[in-house]
Amino acid sequence: MKHRTFFWFILPSATAMLLFIALPIVSVLIQSVHAPHQQVIREVENCNVFGCTTTTVVDQEATRLLREAAPMGRFVGTGIYTDRNHLAISEVGALWTKSEGMGDFFGQLLNLPFYGALAFTLTYTALVTPLAILLGFAVALAVNAIPRLFRGPAIFVSLLPMIVTPLVGALILFWMVDARGILGAAIQSLVGDPTLSIKASTPLMWAMLIVYGIWSTSPFAFVVYYAGLQTVPQDTLESAMIDGATRWQRIRHVIFPHLLPLTTFMALIKIMDNFRVFEPIVSFNAGAHAQSLSYFIYSDLGGETRLLSSAAATSVLTILGVVILLSPVLVRTWRSFGKETA
Amino acid sequence: MSTRLADRRPPAMQAILIGFLALWLVIAAFPFLWTLWGSFKVEGDFFSKADWANALRGPLTRAETGGAFTGAGYHGAWIQESFWRAAINTLIVVVSVVTISLTFGTLGGYALSRSPYRYAFWLLIVALVFRAMPPIALISGYLLPFYQWNLWGHLPTAIIVLVAINQPFTLWMLTSFFRNIPKDLDESAMVDGCSRFQAFRHVIIPVMWPGVITTGLFSFLLAYNDFAVTAMLLDKENQTMIPKIAFFLGTTQTKGNVMFAVAAVVSATAPLFLLVVFFQRQIVSGLTAGAVKG
Repeated sequence: MKHRTFFWFILPSATAMLLFIALPIVSVLIQSVHAPHQQVIREVENCNVFGCTTTTVVDQEATRLLREAAPMGRFVGTGIYTDRNHLAISEVGALWTKSEGMGDFFGQLLNLPFYGALAFTLTYTALVTPLAILLGFAVALAVNAIPRLFRGPAIFVSLLPMIVTPLVGALILFWMVDARGILGAAIQSLVGDPTLSIKASTPLMWAMLIVYGIWSTSPFAFVVYYAGLQTVPQDTLESAMIDGATRWQRIRHVIFPHLLPLTTFMALIKIMDNFRVFEPIVSFNAGAHAQSLSYFIYSDLGGETRLLSSAAATSVLTILGVVILLSPVLVRTWRSFGKETA
Repeated sequence: MSTRLADRRPPAMQAILIGFLALWLVIAAFPFLWTLWGSFKVEGDFFSKADWANALRGPLTRAETGGAFTGAGYHGAWIQESFWRAAINTLIVVVSVVTISLTFGTLGGYALSRSPYRYAFWLLIVALVFRAMPPIALISGYLLPFYQWNLWGHLPTAIIVLVAINQPFTLWMLTSFFRNIPKDLDESAMVDGCSRFQAFRHVIIPVMWPGVITTGLFSFLLAYNDFAVTAMLLDKENQTMIPKIAFFLGTTQTKGNVMFAVAAVVSATAPLFLLVVFFQRQIVSGLTAGAVKG
């Protein structure tokens, strides 16, 4: 295809991505090094019969003009990145020198909002991705074992947790584990503590969010593995049998290698998705116990005072995190592409 | 065809697999059935302090409304809290997003699939990076400019933002789909004197619908399921269903009207169920398209 034609075909799509994905990334970068204007203070001299006093008043008019002239705010450099709500360099330094042992250090570190959010996001990603893939694989094996007639309905039901809106799916689970809901009551009677409330406990909240994550992610793994199992080379399997391979050897040497590329693909997609975990925290109203990076940005943006600069700085750090997560893939693509054209 | 030789399993293993599958199906489906059933009860039954089984028998529902089931939650949500308006907004947003993203995506995906140059490949890689960006991180970049230019709060703004966020995925899917349509098809049309666009219009468009429908389903899901963009960029009058449900949670829990939210949740899930009923095959093929080809 000629460059010119290519340009016209790709133009609408590229423009949309440039305007609403690439430029916002630049915009958050710029915003994160600006802070809102302070109010303009003017000194006024009041003179009366007792002499003159100077008082300071807020010059509303000048403040408004200043805010209109430069809506971004004033330039403050990278100060916001190192403050307590973000990288908290000085706080971390202080912790490092005075804490006793690594355990204590990390325990204290998690109380800093940014590191707490980062820790939850990484824990969530690191647990949900492999567990959901495993569960999905098991379901795929099971669906593959039932007669064809029942597979359609089984696939239908299995798709539901993934298809449902994340906010809604998480709400449905949240209502069930409520202290007055069916699962909440079941858990209470199981541990024999009628006052147990998931909403009040940080570890339980983390566990619930991760359970929701596995519930909603494993259908994707299931579908991909199920499709993969349909294309396992039957001839190879049967010749392996004739050669006397046991059931486990056949799985180990024929089926696993066949499914390996699917696993890499899925892990990549799911790591990207899980890193953005956001809606379940809103649904579970879990902000007090677990914050993800996305939720951290959301809570800065919402509320009475919109902390745009703070949200922008967290956004920049999150985007950096995404790029770091993707970097192995990018480097590999770069290398293999170089080989192809060389 | 009878069971293939290699598919035969020892009976014990078969039993374990079937038992496991049954357990999974219950885990996958039960929450929905439970909530659907509970949405026709009163709050005292669905969230029962005394006994969870009250949600099944519904003694309070009987006492308060006289019947075993009540539509009070639905009435409250749809009429009293005008959930219908949110539903209309969702319809507008979803239809526009799907139409626009598919139009942009087919043009772009076709171009990417037919270009032998390096930049086409790198565009796809950039799209992959964009696909990984958390929408909420981008939103903090929109807010200030949108306020300044008075774009904040309107449906078209949310629509175009959703289209853009949707583009990377749409491009990937449609590019891999167009690659499976043989090049000879449009190239022979061009030999016969068509321009590139004419070849696209008369040769490619008639055969592209299966791929476009599959991609459209996923665009639909993205627009319908979105919370971050619609919650942050729309004002209260223009709210779509999902932010409206989140808004219910903020206000109704204090008024004791959590059943409004339950009814709204069931209402918002119903279209998705229908979607899976009718398009199960396309959804499955779409999910596996990227994976199986590698």
